[in-house]
Amino acid sequence: MVHMEYYLIVSTIMMFVGIYGFLTRRNLLAMLISVELILNSVDINFVVFNRFLFPGQLEGFFFALFAIGISAAETAVAIAIIINIYRNMRNIQVKNLDKMKW
Amino acid sequence: MEYTILILLLPLLSFILTGLLGTRLKPVAAGTFGTVVTGIVAALSYWTAFSYFSAGRNAEGVFPTIIPWNTEWLPFNSNLQIDLGILLDPISVMMLVVISTVSFMVHIYSFGYMKGETGFQRYYSFLSLFTMSMLGLVVATNIFQMYIFWELVGVSSYLLIGFYYTKKEAIAASKKAFIVTRFADLGFLIGILIYGFYTGSFSFTPDSAVIGSAKVFLPIALGLMFVGGAGKSAMFPLHIWLPDAMEGPTPVSALIHAATMVVAGVYLVARMFPLFIGYAPEVLHVTAYVGAFTALYAAIVACVQSDIKRVLAFSTISQIGFMIVALGVCTSSDPHEGGLGYMASMFHLFTHAMFKALLFLGAGCIIHAVHSNEMSAMGGLRKYMPVTHVTFLIACLAIAGIWPLSGFFSKDEILAACFGFSPVMGWVMTFIAGLTAFYMFRLYYGIFWGKENKELHAEHTPHEAPLTMTIPLMFLAAVTLAAGWIPFGEFVSSNGQAYHIHIDIKVAAVSLCVAAAGIAIATWMYMREDRKVADGLATRFSGLHKAAYHRFYIDEIYQFITHRIIFACISTPIAWFDRHVVDGFMNMLAWISNRISWAIKGMQSGYVQRYGIWFLGGALGIAIVLLLI
Amino acid sequence: MNITLDLIVFAVLALFIIVSSVMAVTTRRILRAATYLLFVLIGTAGIYFQLNYSFLGAVQLLVYAGGITVLYVFSILLTSSEGDQAEKLKKGKFAAGLTATLAALGICLFVMLKHKFLNPVFEHGELPVKEIGFALMSPEKYGYVLPFEVISVLLLACIIGGILIARKR
Repeated sequence: MVHMEYYLIVSTIMMFVGIYGFLTRRNLLAMLISVELILNSVDINFVVFNRFLFPGQLEGFFFALFAIGISAAETAVAIAIIINIYRNMRNIQVKNLDKMKW
Repeated sequence: MEYTILILLLPLLSFILTGLLGTRLKPVAAGTFGTVVTGIVAALSYWTAFSYFSAGRNAEGVFPTIIPWNTEWLPFNSNLQIDLGILLDPISVMMLVVISTVSFMVHIYSFGYMKGETGFQRYYSFLSLFTMSMLGLVVATNIFQMYIFWELVGVSSYLLIGFYYTKKEAIAASKKAFIVTRFADLGFLIGILIYGFYTGSFSFTPDSAVIGSAKVFLPIALGLMFVGGAGKSAMFPLHIWLPDAMEGPTPVSALIHAATMVVAGVYLVARMFPLFIGYAPEVLHVTAYVGAFTALYAAIVACVQSDIKRVLAFSTISQIGFMIVALGVCTSSDPHEGGLGYMASMFHLFTHAMFKALLFLGAGCIIHAVHSNEMSAMGGLRKYMPVTHVTFLIACLAIAGIWPLSGFFSKDEILAACFGFSPVMGWVMTFIAGLTAFYMFRLYYGIFWGKENKELHAEHTPHEAPLTMTIPLMFLAAVTLAAGWIPFGEFVSSNGQAYHIHIDIKVAAVSLCVAAAGIAIATWMYMREDRKVADGLATRFSGLHKAAYHRFYIDEIYQFITHRIIFACISTPIAWFDRHVVDGFMNMLAWISNRISWAIKGMQSGYVQRYGIWFLGGALGIAIVLLLI
Repeated sequence: MNITLDLIVFAVLALFIIVSSVMAVTTRRILRAATYLLFVLIGTAGIYFQLNYSFLGAVQLLVYAGGITVLYVFSILLTSSEGDQAEKLKKGKFAAGLTATLAALGICLFVMLKHKFLNPVFEHGELPVKEIGFALMSPEKYGYVLPFEVISVLLLACIIGGILIARKR
C-alpha cells in the first residue's frame, strides 16, 4: 500500500508548480494552463482524502467530479475572454493588460 | 360629537390644497376657498359649543370633559404614550369659538386688505395652517399634543410675520419671533419631559397617586412650562419679539399676535391650572408677579410709541399680563374662595380677543387708508372713515373698561380677584387699567382727532375701507358690545361649578373712576390740535420719555448680551475650535490617507501576476504567523 | 518498506506527473505547454485509477484530457502571434516567483507532513457505478441532485456566455 502522504506530496508539488507558472508566465493561455494544474492538484487531494480517511463516504469523490465540471466551464469562459482580448489587442501577453488599475 | 375632528381637518385640507396649488389657483378662488372653509369651521365650532353646553352638567354640577376622538400615536411603554385627539371641556370649547370667530373675520377682512398682493394664495394657505394649528392646540388631549401644535403655531406665525419676505425688517422680525419663542419653548419641552418622567404620563390630569412621588419636581416642571408660555405670550423679558412681529400683514397681527396665538401661554396655564393650584401655588404667584410687571412695563411703553401697531402690540402684552395676573392670583380652585381669577382670566381672554382683533383690524383699515403706520401721518381721520372711527371707539372704550362694554366686565373680575389676593396687587393693576385707558385714548385721539396731516391727506385723500373690511369690524364691534352680558361664569369657572358673576360695586366704581380719569387726561392732552401739554411733558421728562420710547432699551440689552457676550465670548471661540481643531483634525486624517494612498498607489499596478505574488506573500505570512503561535 | 507493485506504479506516475507539470510551466512554446498539461492530466487519471476510482478517472480522461485540452489547442492556434515564444524571464521576476513558490511549498509540505491525520486506511475494491449514480441523483441526505442541477445550469450559462463573449461583432 502506498502511503497517503506520498499522494499529498505529489499534489502539493503540482500545485506550487502551477503557482509558479501563474506568477511567471507571460502568455494568458499559459497562465490558464497553470491554473488547471492547481485545480487538478486540489482534485487529487479531495480524492485522496476521501479514499484514505473516509472510505465509506463519497463527499470528496463528488467534489472532485463537480470540480472537473466547473473547471471545464471556467476554461470555456476564460478562453472566450482571451479570444476576445486577442481580437482587440492582436496578442495575449499579460503585460499589456494593465488597464484595470486605480 | 365625532364631527369635531372636521374642525381640524378642514383647515388642514385648505392649507394643503391652496398651498400645493399655489399660483395655479386664482387669488379669488384661493381666498374664497379658505374663507368658506373657515366659515364652516366657525359654524362647526358654534354648533360644538352649543351642543356641549346644552348637554348640561353632570351629577357633580360640572360640564363633563369629553374626548370625542382619540388615537394612540406613539406608545413608549405600557404607561407612557402620546395620544392625538380632541378634548372638549369648557375652556377648549370657549377657545374654539374665539379662534374660529376671529379667524373667520380675518379671512373675510383679508380679502380687502390683501387685495392685489403677490402671494395672496400663499397668505391664505398660511392662514389655514395657523387656524388648524391653533385649534389643534386648544383641543389637545395631552401636553405633548399641545406642544406639537404649539410649535406648528410658532411656525405659521413665523411664516406670516415674514410674509413680505423681500422686506428686510420683516425677515428680521420673523426670525426674532421664531428664535425667541423657540428659546422659550426649550423650557416648555424640558418641563414636559420632567413632567412625563415623574408622573409617567403626558395627561393633563395624572393620577394623584403618581403625583405624590413627583411632588418635588412638579413645581419645577410647571415653572419650566410657564417659561414656554411666557415666550408665546410675550411676558417680560421674552416680550421683545411681539412688537417687531407687527411687520407682518395687519390681519395677521389681529389674528395671531392679538387674539389667539399670544394667549396660548395663558391657555397653557389655565389648562394646567388644577396642577398649579394643587401642587405649585407658589409658582402660580410668581407668574402673577411676572404678569403684573409685564403689564406695567408694556403699558408705560405703549404711552409713548408713535407707530399705531406698536401701541396695539404693547397694549396686547399689557392685557395678556392682566390675564396672567388673574390666573396667578388664584389661591384655591373654588371661585368663591380665591379662585375667581381663573374665570376672570378666561373671560378677559374672550373679550380681549374680540376687541383687540377689532382694534387691529381697525388699525389695518387706517393703514390701508393712509399707507403709513405712523401717527404723524394721521389725525382728524374721523370725518373720512366713519365706520372705522365708531368701531375703533367702541373697542377703545371696551379696553379702557367702560360700562357696559365687554372689557369692563372682564377687567372688573380681574381687579376683584387681585384685590382678593392682596391690596397692593389690586391697586397696581387698577393703576395699569388707568394707564390702559390713557394710552388707548391717546391713540384714538392721535388717529381720529388732533392735528390733521393736511399735505399728506391732500395728495391722497383717506377713504373708508371696502365692505369686506368693514363688515368684520361691525361684527366684532357688536360682539364687543354684547359679550360682557354673557353669563361667562356659568360656563367657565375654576372648579367647573356654575359661578354667578356679580359686580363688586367698590371695585367697579374705582376702576371706572380710574378709567374715566385716564380718558379725561388723554382727552385733555391729545384731543386738541396743539399738544402743548403732551409735548411739554415729553421735554420735561425727556430722559424717561426717550427710555420709554426705546422700550427701556430691552432690545439693546438683548443685542448686547447676544452679540457682545454670547457671540463674542462663547460662540467665536467655539467656532474657532470647530474650524481649526475639529476640522483640522479631520483634514489631517484626510491628508494622511491621501498621502498614504499616493504612496502605495504604485502597488496597484494592474498586472495580475504582481497581485498574485502579493497574495501569495500574504498567505505565506499568515501561515507563518499561525505556525508560530 | 517493501517495494510493491503498487508503489512502483505510483512512483512512475508521480515522476511522470511532476516532470510533466514542471515542463508545462517552463517550456517556451505554448503548444508544448498544452501537451505537457495533457500528460499531467492523464497521469492524474492514472492516479485515480490506482485509487480504484475508475469512474472519476474516466471522467478525468474524457472531460479534462479529451475536452479541455482540445479547447486549449484550438485557442492556442486561434491566438498565435509573434510574442508566443516566451521571451526570457527577467531575473528579478524569476527569482521572486521561484522564491515565493519554494517558500510556500516548504511550508505546506512541512505542515502536511507534521500533521497527524486520522488513521488512513486503504481498502482495495472498486466503487460501484450504481452507487455513484444513486448518490448523484438522490435528493436525500448525502444525495447530490441539487449541485448536479446547479452545475448543469452553470454549464449552460457558460456555453451561452462563452458564445456571447467570443462571437464576432
